[in-house]
Amino acid sequence: MKYLAMILAMLCVACSPADHSADRTDARSTASAGNHAAGDGKVYAITGGTVYTLGAAGKIEHGTVLVKDGRIAAVGTDVDIPADAERIDATGKIVTPGIFDPESQFGIVEVGAVKETRDASAGDSRFSAAFDVADAINPRSVLIPVNRIAGVTRAMVSPTGGDKHIIAGRGAIIDLGSTEGFIHRDAAAMFAALGESGAEQAGGSRAAAMLALREALQDAKDYADNTSAYASNQRRKYALTRLDLEALGPVLSGREPLVVHVERASDIEAALRLARDFKLKLIISGGAEAWMVADELAAAHVPVLLNPLEDLPAHFETLGSTLENAARLQKAGVTIAFATGDTHNARNVTQAAGNAVANGLPWLDALKALMLNPARIYGMDKDVGTLEQGKLADVVIWSADPLELSSFADQVFIAGRKIPMVSRQTMLRDRYMQAMREKQALPPGYIMPAAQ
Amino acid sequence: MKSSHLRALALAVLLVVSAGIVANAAVSTPAEFPPDAFPSTYQPLPAQTTLIQHATIYTGTGERIDDGAVLLRDGKIAAIGKQVEAPAGAVVIDAKGKYVTPGLIDVHSHLGVYPSPSVAATANGNEMTNPTTPQVMAEHSVWPQDPGFNTARTGGVTTLEILPGSGNLIGGRGVVLKNVPATTVQAMKFPDAPYGLKMACGENPMRVYGSRHQFPSTLMGDVAGYRQAFADAQAYDREWKAWEAKVKAKGAAEAGPPPKRDLGKETLAEVLDGNIRVQMHCYRADEMAALLDVAHEFGFKIAAFHHAVEAYKIPQLLKKTGTCAAMWADWWGFKMEAWDGIRANIAMVDAGGACALIHSDDENGIQRLNQEVAKALAAGRRAGLDISKEHAVMWMTLNPAKALGLADRIGSLEPGKDADVVIWSADPFSVYARTEKVFLDGAVVFDRDDPQRQSTSDFMLGNFVDPHAVDAAAGEGAP
Repeated sequence: MKYLAMILAMLCVACSPADHSADRTDARSTASAGNHAAGDGKVYAITGGTVYTLGAAGKIEHGTVLVKDGRIAAVGTDVDIPADAERIDATGKIVTPGIFDPESQFGIVEVGAVKETRDASAGDSRFSAAFDVADAINPRSVLIPVNRIAGVTRAMVSPTGGDKHIIAGRGAIIDLGSTEGFIHRDAAAMFAALGESGAEQAGGSRAAAMLALREALQDAKDYADNTSAYASNQRRKYALTRLDLEALGPVLSGREPLVVHVERASDIEAALRLARDFKLKLIISGGAEAWMVADELAAAHVPVLLNPLEDLPAHFETLGSTLENAARLQKAGVTIAFATGDTHNARNVTQAAGNAVANGLPWLDALKALMLNPARIYGMDKDVGTLEQGKLADVVIWSADPLELSSFADQVFIAGRKIPMVSRQTMLRDRYMQAMREKQALPPGYIMPAAQ
Repeated sequence: MKSSHLRALALAVLLVVSAGIVANAAVSTPAEFPPDAFPSTYQPLPAQTTLIQHATIYTGTGERIDDGAVLLRDGKIAAIGKQVEAPAGAVVIDAKGKYVTPGLIDVHSHLGVYPSPSVAATANGNEMTNPTTPQVMAEHSVWPQDPGFNTARTGGVTTLEILPGSGNLIGGRGVVLKNVPATTVQAMKFPDAPYGLKMACGENPMRVYGSRHQFPSTLMGDVAGYRQAFADAQAYDREWKAWEAKVKAKGAAEAGPPPKRDLGKETLAEVLDGNIRVQMHCYRADEMAALLDVAHEFGFKIAAFHHAVEAYKIPQLLKKTGTCAAMWADWWGFKMEAWDGIRANIAMVDAGGACALIHSDDENGIQRLNQEVAKALAAGRRAGLDISKEHAVMWMTLNPAKALGLADRIGSLEPGKDADVVIWSADPFSVYARTEKVFLDGAVVFDRDDPQRQSTSDFMLGNFVDPHAVDAAAGEGAP
């Protein structure tokens, strides 16, 4: 859709943008946004499990979760189960909301080193803030089943910084359980980089990166205040394209959060100053040294997306890395969520969370950091993040403790849809396991050599 | 080969300066190990005789001893069993509720050659100026102050092989290290461990050189590159052998000067002689099969394929050739040759009868090899394979020791072996387990309860000196 809008915009160079909604990027229609899949037509009653609702009801032993029309119809120990419901016995198992990956490249990167399959950045394009991953997302990506059968049900798909723009563009929140209606919220956040990578993109200094970001925001503000004057060439020249300026509008108004990738304590503080000056809704991504400024982050209500396994001074901006980052931030009152930076293995976020627990984070807080906090951070917690009546039914039945290495997701539901627990990887495994079991040199799917 | 050539060279000099009879006598007593221009200066740290008792012990040989004991004396495992008497004066550790394993071994690390912090000046792991650089040695790039050595030790890693990167077809010699804090790499070198030679299949070399429009730019170029290198090494070997024969037959004076040393061909000749172990980066099943044929053609052995994400497709081939596969638990998809990676890889290779092991290739992953093995075990069980934890422990202990050619010295808790031991707070297959104590040659090299036994790299000092703290030392090692 965006391409259509862009083509229209190019054809219509003489038109006034005010007259043509078709060339406004924020008014374009995504086929799917807001149109959530409403389950698979069946009613499911998940019974007998230990339910961690992550909501007001807390933990429910021998609880029932009733799933209907894509949503959670009821949760509790005393739930009327309709006669037509498919019962799923979760006795001895653990039931939780699905995992929400707060920063991923699902559907926009398939094979990392194959450039034709990468749509995560457009560093060589003219666009920065306007760049929106939504139109590039492939909901049939092989990565999606691999990770959803491990309990990842929802994700922010975020652009990665290009090599020219410190503002990478806009991310979209998707549901990993459908090929139609998979976009839960488009333009759900703006992504930018300061620190070492921002400095590199801005010409070699953190100071230049900060200037570029401030200039973009100032221009966007001027544009928003004087759009019609701009259209009649009555404004000064802006550093960004018109589409970029438009895209920054919701960020300036505080409707759309700005996710800034920064690691060093002083860079985090600089980002906090920027957010204060422009009244931005800031989210810190990375935050290796966030624990050093935890009180400031807590006071400003700025959440942090972090990888709890980072503990090496891999860069000069991460000298303060520690396995206790998550625990210390949580203790200081900062909302945290886990982003591993590896979409192919987004599933390993449970392991990362387990390590955060081993290093001081309370277990339930780790569960919230996986499932609830991303929803809160992006303002989606009315829809997902807990097992409560009315929420979209992203539900995972775990064989045991979800953070434990021997545990696995027994069954996953996404927006009420019962997910087939297969992926390309389970198929490859089963094919070669069969060959091994049958003592065949080649797996099924190949033509077997004739018996001698 | 280097050994014999250098020995011959030394003899030739000797012949010139001393009586022929003495020298000829020496010819029949070959040196036991290849002479090393950079000999190990490793000294075990001071150790006390220590008895660890009442622990659940994974022996590394595939067994488990409940409520067991292990005695560390003079740097070696002295005894292991249900009950072991504490010698007089021994430190006795009651490890009730805790677990004990051999020290973990990583056959594929770039610590020191690609250290933290990662900046241009420290990126010393790939000599990408020629696709074939067997003359370089990883140890000359190892920065002993890499903070990653300490975090790896905290994770229970006592032995690790540092390899050059995979940008070249033949990347150079790797080096096996004892994971002790040191100011020089020689002080970490595992005494008398065989050298490894890093070679690489596939996309990396062809991408590095192909993008420069140089050879090799294809997989067939890759294979031709290895073959020509070994063919040249064979010729070099013959040249030296002919000269050695001449020395033996006619004496040094008449044999004339030795051939000029070529450090790269010398390394490859050592591979042909079986003194250096080939550690080969290779992802795809078909490429591994091609490389096994190359090895057969030139008469050398590939000790292990590293990464080997498709090893599960050819366990029978690996078993037949006695080649280990060093794998990740679940890395996949970051490039084309990693597209078919599956979590059951290690378990399936193991079930197929081949030598299967975990490796990290990562400064973060090396800290949690036990967790990687736990994931691989879980995946194997999910695939329907019946694998015990005590068996899976071998994937991070005895099998990597085999791949390094050190299985007679490390990798299991058997009397006479090096006393490399880890005490875990809980079952190491749990995500919540942490190392409590790490012993290397019987000495405590990490103790979670004793800051004096938690090494800090020089690099970590003074980064966070608090201007408000009167006692400046309080700011050291802030993280």
